[in-house]
Order: sequence, then structure tokens, then C-alpha cells
Amino acid sequence: MKGLRKGYAWAIVLMLIVSLLATACGQKPAPPQQTEQPQWKVGIVYDVGGRGDLSFNDMAAAGLDQARQEFGTKLQTSELEPTGTGEDREALLRTLAEQGYQLIFGVGFLFTDAIANVAKDFPNTKFAIIDSCPEGNLPNVACLQFKENEGSFLVGAAAALKTKTNTVGFVGGMQIPLIEKFEAGYTAGVYYINPKIKVISKYAGTTSDAFANPTKGYELATAEYQAGADIVYHASGKTGEGVFKAAAEQKKLAIGVDADQSLTAPEDERPYILTSMRKKVDVAVYDTIKAFTQGQFTAGPQYFGLKEGGVDYSINQYNKDMMSDIQPKLDELKQKIISGEIVVPTSMKEFNDTFKKAVGSSGH
Amino acid sequence: MHPDLILAAGVSSPAIADAVASAIRLTTPLLLTALGAVFTERGGVVNIGLEGMMIFGAFWSAWGAYTYGPLAGLAIGAVAGAIMALVHAIVSVTFRVDQIVSGVAINTLAYGLVRVASQALFHSATTSPSVPSLPRIDVPVLDQIPALQPLMANLSPLIVFAFVLVPVSWWVLNRTVFGLRLRSVGENPLAADTLGINVVLMRYSGVLISGLLAGLAGGYLAVEQTSMYVEGMTAGRGFVALAAMIFGNWTPVGAMFASLLFGLADSLSIRVTIPHVPYQFVNSLPYILTIVVLAGAVGHARAPAADGVPYERSGE
Repeated sequence: MKGLRKGYAWAIVLMLIVSLLATACGQKPAPPQQTEQPQWKVGIVYDVGGRGDLSFNDMAAAGLDQARQEFGTKLQTSELEPTGTGEDREALLRTLAEQGYQLIFGVGFLFTDAIANVAKDFPNTKFAIIDSCPEGNLPNVACLQFKENEGSFLVGAAAALKTKTNTVGFVGGMQIPLIEKFEAGYTAGVYYINPKIKVISKYAGTTSDAFANPTKGYELATAEYQAGADIVYHASGKTGEGVFKAAAEQKKLAIGVDADQSLTAPEDERPYILTSMRKKVDVAVYDTIKAFTQGQFTAGPQYFGLKEGGVDYSINQYNKDMMSDIQPKLDELKQKIISGEIVVPTSMKEFNDTFKKAVGSSGH
Repeated sequence: MHPDLILAAGVSSPAIADAVASAIRLTTPLLLTALGAVFTERGGVVNIGLEGMMIFGAFWSAWGAYTYGPLAGLAIGAVAGAIMALVHAIVSVTFRVDQIVSGVAINTLAYGLVRVASQALFHSATTSPSVPSLPRIDVPVLDQIPALQPLMANLSPLIVFAFVLVPVSWWVLNRTVFGLRLRSVGENPLAADTLGINVVLMRYSGVLISGLLAGLAGGYLAVEQTSMYVEGMTAGRGFVALAAMIFGNWTPVGAMFASLLFGLADSLSIRVTIPHVPYQFVNSLPYILTIVVLAGAVGHARAPAADGVPYERSGE
């Protein structure tokens, strides 16, 4: 019996250590930055991963940094990051609201419910969420959404112009409407250039870990390359690291997403990254802070597309030679999308139902 | 160039070889972990902390490979897995805490520790920089046969190691004194103790071997498969490996076939498109298969008699 009781004591100690660690690694409130009274207080809650994820969170952070640089001591900021699997998103938003932060960002669609709950309790605080919009038209929530389909259309066109096998591929992360928007735009871009090109689409899964499974990304991309694709576009977060690895191994091309991934990829994979579909979260965050400081915060959905400079394809020192011959064509397509001549579908259903017909009847 | 495998249409043989090659890559981490699981369970200690040991191995091998190169990285990953296993052994063998509770704690602990370490060493809680992999090898002679080429060329040495380890494990368990003692401790620790076998030492060995191999499996994922560490990259493989070991009836060869079955199911779900069947269904096939197989097979399987039971000398 003595041993048993001792055992429980150990289990409790172990659990305490675990919970201590969990708390220790999550909460990192930024130290107060100045003593004089700031004019604006802006808070941001990243999604799991936080600063340093070389992707979504880092871009949001870049937007905040830009604002910080411009407004200096007039802007007080605080950055928080959820622990482990992120159940404390709502608690962190609430903490910032209680501390009197006037504009609070939630980075990512996983904040949808949390931001809706907190916004209702703090009607005088402004909130902004990236990539989603809570239901109920809350008067103090701005929804910063991107027209990923427009950017994806351009990289789809780039793939179609570059393919030699008339087959291209797509690897999605979690199968949700948001990622299908990438697929639809990409497929439409390919179809617009040449309807005969085949697009092979695969998804890594149906849960959120589909964004962090590079082993699966590698296998999916390898399967697509082996099935004849010579360019694969991924919209799958960290899963895409496996896509790049497969591309380098097969000596085929890949297209990155969100950030300009040529810049962060390892050197041996760089030559195989054709371009990236940039989703400029930094622009959205910065613009929102700027508008807020000018008293022009707007609630409700706001879309950042090609016209607003919210999405684009990337050109850098590594891919400029590969891209130079097709750039004029891509820029022409960009103008057509901005002018409304091309309406890029937002779902595969829209692509199949309306886009194909529209392209067919325009005699393209 | 050959078309994507489509079940309704004909299937070409290079497509099959490619799919099998993919299956073997997906099998390897499961196999390594499952072989380790055989040792710990035959010694009488249930280890559901394998997932955590894999996570730990994946992170530390990436750090090791980044700092000292791939071979050292994999060794460091294996040792890291063994360190986690040591915690499990201390808690569940020496202090006789419920083995399931300890295993769950290991999984949570590994997750938290890796985050802290990643933040400290890589300045990113979720990813490492890119790390080098071991040079790829070709199996001589066999890699010249075109149909086998995808299976025999450009392999990670760890794949070969994992499969060579199957007969080695069988031999160790069934033909050595150590194996006999380990098994006796898992079946009847009291009798083994009476005969002068050090029960605690045997059980520690079993648990540590499982940690080494789970850590190595994590290293395979990070260093060999992905060339970087990404948080959550183990994606439940530790649990699947545990299921494979049980389905394989607590034997190395059985564990290999079960791991291959899961690897093949995974590979097919990636490559096979069945017209008019929802994609999600194809994707969930490996998991459905796992459940069906477990429900069907576990009835016939027999666990070591003292598996999961802490051993306490009477009169202490």
C-alpha cells in the first residue's frame, strides 16, 4: 500500500510539472514599452506557433512591427500566444480587453468563436479577425479576409504556362472551404490558359493536423509527380515542406503559399520553387491599425484581393529568370481580374458551374 | 510517366512499385516503434507514451542533425527517446504508478518540453531549420530490375535498418538468455523473481529499448523523411504503432506485417482515386481498417500474462 500511495504522489508531481511547463511556455506578455502615456493600445493574439513560424503569424507580426515603427511611442502593443493546442484563445483575448487594449487582433480562423464571445462582452473594444467572420454582424469586429482565389488564379496560370507534361498538381492541407478557395482559383487559372491541362488535387486530411504533416505532404506530392504532374502548388502550411522536398528529389517544380517561400526554403530546394502565392497578412494588419488610428475602423467583412494588394505572386532573385518570360502574361491577367473582366471562382462548385461556361463562351 | 492509379482503370506495374515504395516509407516509423513496443510489453510494461517518445526523438534528432550531422542526429534522437522512456520506467516500474497514467503524462510532458526547447534552440516553437539527411543507398543488383527499381533505389538507410531489425528482434527475444528472462518477467514476475531474475532490471531494459526505437522512429520522420522538425509531425503514429504491435500478437514478425498493412493502407489512400466515392472516405480507410482489424484480431491475440501489472515483492 505504501508503494501505491507513493506512486500517486509521483503522478501528481509529474502532472504539476507538466501544467507548469504548459503555462510557462505559453504566456509571454510583452514588457511595457514606455512610461509616457500612449495614444493607442493595440493587442494581438497569434495562433499556435506564434512569432517565428515563418508563415502566417510572422506576417501578422510584420504588420504590427510596421505600425510600431511608424507610430513609435504613441502606440502601445501587446502580443500573446495560446498554449499547446490553443484552448485559451478566448481567455487571452479577454485578458487584453480587460487591460484596456482598444484594438485586438485574432490571427486565424480558429479564433472565430472566441472573438465573437469576447466582442459581445466588450462592445467598446474593437476586434479584428483574420481569415474568418463570426456570424451576427457584430458592430465591433472587422473581418480581414483575402481573395486567395485571385492569387491562386495567377499561380495556376503560371503553372499552366510552364508545364511541359500538360499535368499539374495541387496539395491542400485540411479540406475546408477556405483551402478549396485556393484549389478553385488555381484550377481556374490553369483552365483559363489551357482547358486541356489536367489538374490532380489531393488533400492531406480533414483535421487541423493536416497543416503540420510534412511526411504526408511528401507522399502526396511524390504521388502527383509520379502521376505525371511537373508543377505542384501547395496550400497546406507546414505540410508543404514535404512538397518542396519531393519537388527537389524529383527535380520538378513546386509553388509556395502565404509567404514568399523561396526566401525561407533551404538552398537545395530553392531552384525548384517556381513562385509563391503571397497572402499579405502584414498589409491587412497594418492597414487596419492605420485606419483605426485615423478613427476609421470599419466593422464587417473586408476583402484583400489583387486590387487591394492583399494577394500576389512573388518574384525574387531566385526565380526571376524562371518567371521572366511569363510575367507579362501574368500581369495582363492581373489587370483583367482587377478590372472585373475575369471573375475568379471561390469554390470548385462555382468553377464547374459558372467559370467553365464563362471561359467557353468568351471564345478563349 | 504513368497515370494516377485509378481503381476502375487498369494499373501499370511501375505505378504499383511506386505505391509499394511509398507504403514502405510510411511503414518504417511504425515498424521501428512497434518493434520497441514488443520489447516493453513482453517485459510486462504497457507503454502508451510511445507517441511522446517519438515527438521527443523527432525534435532532438533534428537538433542533433542540425548541429552535428544526420548520423549523430539520429543517435541523439534515439537517446532522447530513451530518456523519456527512463522517466516512464522510473515512474511505472520503480514507483508502480499506473502505466497508462504514466504514459499519458509522458505524451503531455514531451509535447511541452519540446516546445520550450524549440523556442530556446531554434527561436521558433514549432519548426526547426532545414537539416541534412543521411545519404541515400541503393540495394545492389536488385536496383537494376526495372520493376523493383522504385523499391530498391534511393532508400534511406534507416528503412533497411528497420527491416533488418525484425529478425534480429525475433532472435533476441526467442534465442537469447536476455529474451527468455524478459519474457518470463512479462508472464510471471513472481516466478522469475524466485528464480533470481532481476525483475526491475529486465523491465527497465524493455522500456528503454522501446524508447530508443521510438526516438529513432521520430528521427526517421524528422531527419530522413522531412529534413526538418515540425510540431505535431508524428500525427498519432505512436498510437498506430501500438495497435500494430497488438495486432501483430506481441511478436516482431507480426508487428512487421501489421505495420506494413497500415503503411500500405495509408499509401493507397494517398494514391488511389475511386470514382464517385467521397475523398474523405478513402482517407479514413486506414483508420477504419485499424478498428476492424483490432476488433477482429485481438480476440485471438494473447497479451503477456503480467502485461500492465506493476510488480511488487510481497513482504516489502
